[in-house]
Amino acid sequence: MGIDRRAFLKIAGLSTMLGLGGKAALDVFAPGEVEASTKGVPLTAGKRWAMGIDVRLLDDKVISEATAACHRHHNVPDLASAKEEIKWIWEEDYEHSFPGHQHEYVGDDIKHAKFLLLCNHCSNPPCCRVCPTKATWQRPDGIVMMDPHRCIGCRFCMAACPFGARSFNWGDPRRVTRIPELIAKNPGFPFNKDYPTRSKGVVEKCTFCVDLLEKGEQPLCVTAANKIKKGSFTFGDLSDAESSIRVLLRKRYSLRRKSELGTNPNVFYLI
Amino acid sequence: MLDTVLKGKQGYWGWLIFLLAIMGAGLGCYLYQFQEGLRVTGMSRDVSWGFYIAQFTYLVGVAASGVMVVLPYYLHDYKAFGRITILGEFLAIAAVTMCILFIFVDLGNPVRIMNVLMYPTPNSILFWDMIVLNGYLLLNLFIGWNVLSAERKGIHYQSWVKVLIYISIPWAFSIHTVTAFLYAGLPGRHYWLTAILAARFLASAFCSGPALLLLLCLIVRKVTKFDPGKEQIRTLGGIITYAMLLNVFFFILELFTAFYSQIPGHMHTFEFLFSGLEGHGRLAPWMWTAGGFAFVAVLLLVIPATRRKEDTLAIACAAVIISTWIDKGMGLVIGGFTPNPFERVTEYWPTTPEIIITLGVWATGFFILTVLYKMAVSVKEEVGA
Repeated sequence: MGIDRRAFLKIAGLSTMLGLGGKAALDVFAPGEVEASTKGVPLTAGKRWAMGIDVRLLDDKVISEATAACHRHHNVPDLASAKEEIKWIWEEDYEHSFPGHQHEYVGDDIKHAKFLLLCNHCSNPPCCRVCPTKATWQRPDGIVMMDPHRCIGCRFCMAACPFGARSFNWGDPRRVTRIPELIAKNPGFPFNKDYPTRSKGVVEKCTFCVDLLEKGEQPLCVTAANKIKKGSFTFGDLSDAESSIRVLLRKRYSLRRKSELGTNPNVFYLI
Repeated sequence: MLDTVLKGKQGYWGWLIFLLAIMGAGLGCYLYQFQEGLRVTGMSRDVSWGFYIAQFTYLVGVAASGVMVVLPYYLHDYKAFGRITILGEFLAIAAVTMCILFIFVDLGNPVRIMNVLMYPTPNSILFWDMIVLNGYLLLNLFIGWNVLSAERKGIHYQSWVKVLIYISIPWAFSIHTVTAFLYAGLPGRHYWLTAILAARFLASAFCSGPALLLLLCLIVRKVTKFDPGKEQIRTLGGIITYAMLLNVFFFILELFTAFYSQIPGHMHTFEFLFSGLEGHGRLAPWMWTAGGFAFVAVLLLVIPATRRKEDTLAIACAAVIISTWIDKGMGLVIGGFTPNPFERVTEYWPTTPEIIITLGVWATGFFILTVLYKMAVSVKEEVGA
């Protein structure tokens, strides 16, 4: 187990009071912990994370629980405006999830099937290619990350993403604590005091819950969905041939959104 | 040479004050935008670039077109253009300044703009755009200033300036090529993903920029004692004609590829732009207007009698400017985002603050242009007298 920021600050603060400083203090209070947490950054090195979503198991409850779990953990506000909407994971129908695939003879089960869309964490991400400040980049474990503290808000990544996975803070998201009609829609914002809210003028998106992966947990949408329908979401390591996701992809037929564009999405839809 | 800028007639000062007033209104609206964020604009999750980036794209073309007077003079020794190269270079300075300002007002986090320099990212086309635009601005400032001050002193400019001039010629092509690459390399944006985009950009730049320059020449002749010259205007007319024909030709090539191949993704944007898609057709009247003006422009330019007559040539130039401004600005940027990645249509329309900020940037550009042209014309009048 590593040492999180909160624990680090606690120890650092306490030790400063005691007149100890820097790493020496940590060696006293938590020997070996610093080495353990810095050596492993990112703590999921060597993995290639991917997600499988079983469309047959998606229903309204799974979709709403998975979405709510994500948006509450990451403090994604409801801004009550389609124009300014921020979303990390959202419901979409077949026709608009896979434009061009629809034909008039497709069965109702597929035609009316509900999909959950999110950042595909592409292996060849065009968003990272275009960013002029490296505010969005790909980690060695394949996760496409976003640093809202470096982002200049040029929105080049939004133009480059063929999946509409990126949202922009057109205004200050924290205004949901000030404007009455927005307060009513976002009671208790920020929902999660341990996760930062964003400021105006930056892009944000799904992170595959890196903070949880590092603790050895699964992304929130996966946990929430599987609580309701076991097996609706599968999350795992593509580099391990025996991982749950690899086994699933061998067994079942899967689709990826716009695979012809060569971005190599890592979210698979099992039909 | 700055002394010449401080001496002017009433009309000159009146015009500058008028521009300052618009700049002030633009600044006021910008402060409002700075406070509230880009939500005061019409842009959205789906159409995430709008009026600002449209003006930026158009003006990079105007800036690049300065090369259309520089190249014939320096590479082909076409002496007549020696009289107006300075006007082309100064127009480029004003246009590049506007480009940089339009990028700036479009940023969500303008205070972080230096991140582009602090974390240089060569794989981003925006990084290269920053380099070529600023480089082009500096080149034109150095060249324009040195050539003009040498002319005032009655001497030949120094030989190192010539090196910069030769560099500036391919550089002009590069600024618009790189700007096209901002769009042309994005997977999934069918309207932009075309190998001919940079060529289209250059063609529309080389008609719209010289068209603006020609109108400016006519204004300069009217309000000052300096005459840019009949032959110069006539040659510019020829350049505009060829470039406009190429521009229209390239557009027809796009139409052919889309509608003969019948690939839906390639047709959608054209359908949206010219007839509306899923009930959204707010741009259609604008696009047909652009088409109408392009037709009028081509007609007036191709017929020798109307091209050679200065007043009909001026009308043709205005038609070129309107047509290319709509097509390359609004049509290109909004069309590229429509339909969105889910093949849904979200309409975009600039808001009042967005339009006032835009006018403020244009006014800033014209302020710079006026001051620079005043300097150039004063020197020309002085030398001529």
